[in-house]
Amino acid sequence: MSTLNVLLAGFGGQGILFGGKTLAYSGLLDGKNLSWLPSYGPEMRGGTCNCSVVISDDPIGSPLVTQPDVLVAMNRPSLEKFVNAVVPGGMILVDSSMVDIKVERDDVKVFYIDATKIADENNMKSCAIIILIGKMFKEIGFLNKDVVNDAVKKVIPAKKAAMIELNLKAIEIGLNS
Amino acid sequence: MAEKVLMKGNEALAEAAIQCGCKHYFGYPITPQTEVAAYMSKRLPKEGGVFLQAESEIAAVNMVLGATSAGVRAMTSSSSPGISLKSEGVSYIGGSDLPALIINVQRGGPGLGGIQPSQSDYWQATKALGHGDFQLFVLAPSTIQEMVDFVSLAYEVGEKYRVPAMILSDGMLGQMMEPVEFPTKKDEPVADKPWATNGHQNKRKKNIINSLYIQPEELENLINERYERYAKIKENEQRAEEFMCDDAEIFVVAFGASSRVSRSAVMQARAEGIKAGLIRPITLWPFPDKTIEKNVDKAKKFLCVEMNKGQMIDDVKLVVNGRKDVEFFGRTGGVIPTPAEVLGEIRKLAGKEN
Repeated sequence: MSTLNVLLAGFGGQGILFGGKTLAYSGLLDGKNLSWLPSYGPEMRGGTCNCSVVISDDPIGSPLVTQPDVLVAMNRPSLEKFVNAVVPGGMILVDSSMVDIKVERDDVKVFYIDATKIADENNMKSCAIIILIGKMFKEIGFLNKDVVNDAVKKVIPAKKAAMIELNLKAIEIGLNS
Repeated sequence: MAEKVLMKGNEALAEAAIQCGCKHYFGYPITPQTEVAAYMSKRLPKEGGVFLQAESEIAAVNMVLGATSAGVRAMTSSSSPGISLKSEGVSYIGGSDLPALIINVQRGGPGLGGIQPSQSDYWQATKALGHGDFQLFVLAPSTIQEMVDFVSLAYEVGEKYRVPAMILSDGMLGQMMEPVEFPTKKDEPVADKPWATNGHQNKRKKNIINSLYIQPEELENLINERYERYAKIKENEQRAEEFMCDDAEIFVVAFGASSRVSRSAVMQARAEGIKAGLIRPITLWPFPDKTIEKNVDKAKKFLCVEMNKGQMIDDVKLVVNGRKDVEFFGRTGGVIPTPAEVLGEIRKLAGKEN
């Protein structure tokens, strides 16, 4: 695979943009071309939020992902909106704590992870997206695990350093789920 | 060059301006440009500069007029509706022969329009940002790296020819992140600005910055002199990128965000055996007519791809001058075209419908 198109979608506040940034930095640290494009505007404030990340060996054209190879859906409206956009043979990661429906397609790989619940049980609120990113790394093998750990350290600002351990743990949980 | 970092286009552009010695920023918030102002508000005071959120866009641009009159590097930024408000001040800056940097992170128009990315201010930027005979030096970045690199270019060219410069960005480039590196050597403002009203200390004749000339002949002479400078800019400062143009037959012409989409479409067309190429205007004024001209003979057709209803196509047609067909494809209102849509248009022109 020379280009990976990822769409992360959920509610504002679920860390969609943060998750996308972690993914983007992973691409940067792995020496790839990449782009990160958020939805912006009123939907940021409590409504739906999504983020396009493209990681590629080639220069990136449009940073807007309309046909994702990987969809990370953290709420039901996002899954419903984007489920049919995923390319055949693509992958959908569903936070099954937040989504009570199943994907009715048989041409994509689907993983249901109880990410929000697992995060809450482990006292790592807001790390659900990172658990899903960990799972994505495990399943696509596009980038290596060391890179994502380093990316977490890059993305989290120094004044929130306490969050690094939690996020590394979340990656670990995702990789092992 | 330093380590690559991930930055939003708006923030990268603001940092680049600071590194170019811009110490005076005047602005007013508007989506999708606000990160430029927010970044400046954090960083400029620490650099010994001035960040000022004005009471309006009109006030902000006139503060730029004042600052640049004194010879310092100044800038303002806004998005489409705010740029319209600034247009009077920009005309005064042009009429006073002053350099200044104006950023437009375009959104859909007209009116308040929308907040999603657009290129519908091409005409405004290249033909008439304000009243009177005047031009701005207009650059259209297509990557975050160019958002950085074009800041110093805009200042340098603007100061060399004493014209205001605009970076015509859009909501996509402003909001997205890409790896970017900043030049390690800082580009300091040119010291010699003999026209600046920065205090004569009784050592020289006083300078006057003015755009009012009551005598028509005097004003005409001044404008003629200005147009001689514009002619030099047209001669020396055109920039464009050619991608896969050597043996191309279908030439896509696109700038900024739509050029990224077009580049993907051109590569896909090539994979299908269609000889497509991309001409990407980097300077929108002066329009890179030399680059278009040198490809007219070998071109079968031109396809302009824009995020508007067809504006740059006028400039392409002026160069092509009826010798070849010039077609248009665009999305507007904040919709970003997809590579598949552009590819479909290229196929049509190549006679490969499907």
